[in-house]
Amino acid sequence: MKVLTFKKGGVHPKENKITKDKKIEFFFDVNDIIVPLHQHTGAPNQPLVNVNDKVLMGEKIGDCDAKVSSPVHSPISGEVVSIENVILPTGKFSLCIKIKNDKEYKLHESVVKRENIDSLDKTELLNIIRESGIVGMGGAAFPTHIKLTPPPNKKVEYLIINGAECEPFLTCDYRLMVEESENIVKGVEILMKILEPKKVIFGIEENKKDAADELYKIIKNKNLSNIIDIVILKTKYPQGSEKHLIKAIIGKEVPSGGLPFDVGCIVQNVGTTLAIKEAVCDGMPLIERVLTISGSGVKESKNVKVKIGTLSRDIVDYCGGIEGDLRKIIFGGPMMGFSSYTLDVPITKGTSGLLLFTDKEVKEYEELPCIRCGRCANSCPMYLMPMFIDMYSRIEDFDKAKDFGALDCIECGACGYVCPSKRYLVQSIRYAKNELIKRKK
Amino acid sequence: MKDNKVIVSSSPHIRDPITTAQIMRLVFIALLPAAIWGIYSFGLQVFLIIITSIVTSILSEFLYQVITKQKITIKDGSAALTGLLLALTVSPQTPLWMIAIGASCAIIIAKQLFGGLGSNFVNPALFGRAVIFLSWTAILNKWPKPQYNFFKYFTSTTPYITTATPLDLFRSGNLQISTSLYKDLFFGNIGGSIGETSKLLLLLGIVFLFLIRKDIIDLKIPFTIILTVAVTSIILKQDPLFHILSGGLIIGAFYMATDYVTSPVTNLGKIIYGIGIGALTVIIRNFGVYPEGVSFAILSMNVVTPFLDQLKPRIFGTGVKK
Repeated sequence: MKVLTFKKGGVHPKENKITKDKKIEFFFDVNDIIVPLHQHTGAPNQPLVNVNDKVLMGEKIGDCDAKVSSPVHSPISGEVVSIENVILPTGKFSLCIKIKNDKEYKLHESVVKRENIDSLDKTELLNIIRESGIVGMGGAAFPTHIKLTPPPNKKVEYLIINGAECEPFLTCDYRLMVEESENIVKGVEILMKILEPKKVIFGIEENKKDAADELYKIIKNKNLSNIIDIVILKTKYPQGSEKHLIKAIIGKEVPSGGLPFDVGCIVQNVGTTLAIKEAVCDGMPLIERVLTISGSGVKESKNVKVKIGTLSRDIVDYCGGIEGDLRKIIFGGPMMGFSSYTLDVPITKGTSGLLLFTDKEVKEYEELPCIRCGRCANSCPMYLMPMFIDMYSRIEDFDKAKDFGALDCIECGACGYVCPSKRYLVQSIRYAKNELIKRKK
Repeated sequence: MKDNKVIVSSSPHIRDPITTAQIMRLVFIALLPAAIWGIYSFGLQVFLIIITSIVTSILSEFLYQVITKQKITIKDGSAALTGLLLALTVSPQTPLWMIAIGASCAIIIAKQLFGGLGSNFVNPALFGRAVIFLSWTAILNKWPKPQYNFFKYFTSTTPYITTATPLDLFRSGNLQISTSLYKDLFFGNIGGSIGETSKLLLLLGIVFLFLIRKDIIDLKIPFTIILTVAVTSIILKQDPLFHILSGGLIIGAFYMATDYVTSPVTNLGKIIYGIGIGALTVIIRNFGVYPEGVSFAILSMNVVTPFLDQLKPRIFGTGVKK
């Protein structure tokens, strides 16, 4: 079978998929849940409950009228203890609803199984997705109902299901594809109804071929193999980047500043696809997610399904606690994730991993001057020259940084990974980007 | 939990283990066989030249940084590498005081005055070579014959037995191309600069670098140079293999022109840079004042590098048909 990839740029860090063969475990038994009101890209939600209110599992507790927004639901039944600002995995603060778990997990009346989903039309399906608070679960947490509504003049030819999971350490998407393959395909069928694409293509990295086999079995059984394809991709970072997944699969480049539907594509993560199935068929809003806990700083590495809003500290305790001298706490993958100074952070819809690193993974390097070796330019999947953007950003010449394509940077971190002078390239490029975006406003 | 020891930093959180200092060290090691061959062919004086050059380079960097109250950076290994490269490009009969002047000029003028590692615009070692070569041409443009006797030149009071290098013979029109000439050129049984004679050992160093990591030396530059030299010499109706194997072309193309700091960063830039070096080398060899032109060709193209860096590659998602 032909293995596809994007040609120029990319790196291949050690995969470290330690948790690959660990079945997803359920960890719901916590005392408190902290649900952030603003865990998606877009406008923050307003709380719909007050302190001391009783809430039920699946009950909507935060929403907002803005177009780009996504409501949040109570992941458990219990009592609202407080509504206060808490730090999130991204390092930003958000108003959060703290709920005391009564451990009864009583369902809210709005959560009802739908027997006949075939009768639902496009608008109804999109409405269910919106009301269920579904956002992209790969990390960016962009509201899914917006993503599924391309402008009417754009035709969606390809629906691409992102199962690349190119970040080292992370295995949650892989486990979902193996354990929930049937439900993922059901999710795809719902997406097909909304988008009416010519073709659906699963993109899966070569190191997860068995997941592709599982999915293929289901697709064949359902007689969908004429419309749903599975493509094996080369194991290379950032293969799971939307733009590079599209480039690898259909060979087109998303125009600079454009979106996937400009080349007739929509990309959905496998986790999101599963959440869509659960919302539409089971009536269950997005209140749980699977994440990978890994790294040498945690006693036992696991794939765990938790309630959104579970404190990271509780998850680490569930995995046997911290082992050794903890040096870094990372939410997400090691290439694009956010580092945090504390474990008192709730898991959000976009948190795909929690990595605890010790000296084994973390090396502190001194930042040396750029020696112009060009490794960063060779590794950049956006064909940029990070060394020059970095240079202009540091002297605050943002116009020059823009000339060199600062705004096209996807912050994948390949340049920072390969730099022998250990320069903080992503940090300084991000600085230039933020300044340029600020200026636009 | 010791929260206070946790590091918060920007992504990425994992790093490729190779460091700039390691790259310098690896290139240094790759050059050692050629350096040892120089000592073996020309004796003790060469050993002293190499040591003097390296020590003076490191010392110049150290003292400059002490005096100007800058951070001491000799640990990054770049000064030592400059010292070794400089020694390998000079004549085996260079007096030690002269190499010391060359090394300090290389480090202080070409490198530190422009801002240190990464900021120099010409190759420091080649700059140092140019300084002493142009200042004392009469002494340095003479090339001793290899004697393979460690103490011979050093102990004897007689001056060096100098020889015409193959390039000298080429310039005077007395060159006889033969299989044994190719052999001598390849294995290093000829007169010439300390480290340039044995092409075999220089290429072995490159193989060593490749076995360790494929990304230390970008072969685009040396290959373009060699190809251009071949094409240019064919145009001039001369023997391409002779041009490739003689003088400092191999050490220059693989070890000097590939210096990260002074070569272009883009692929297109690298190819133009390589073509420039290759063509200038053959032109200087044929029409210049000196019989050898690799070092001047590289220095000339170093100066062009900032302009070649303006050739930005196409950014992903731009200039494509929608």
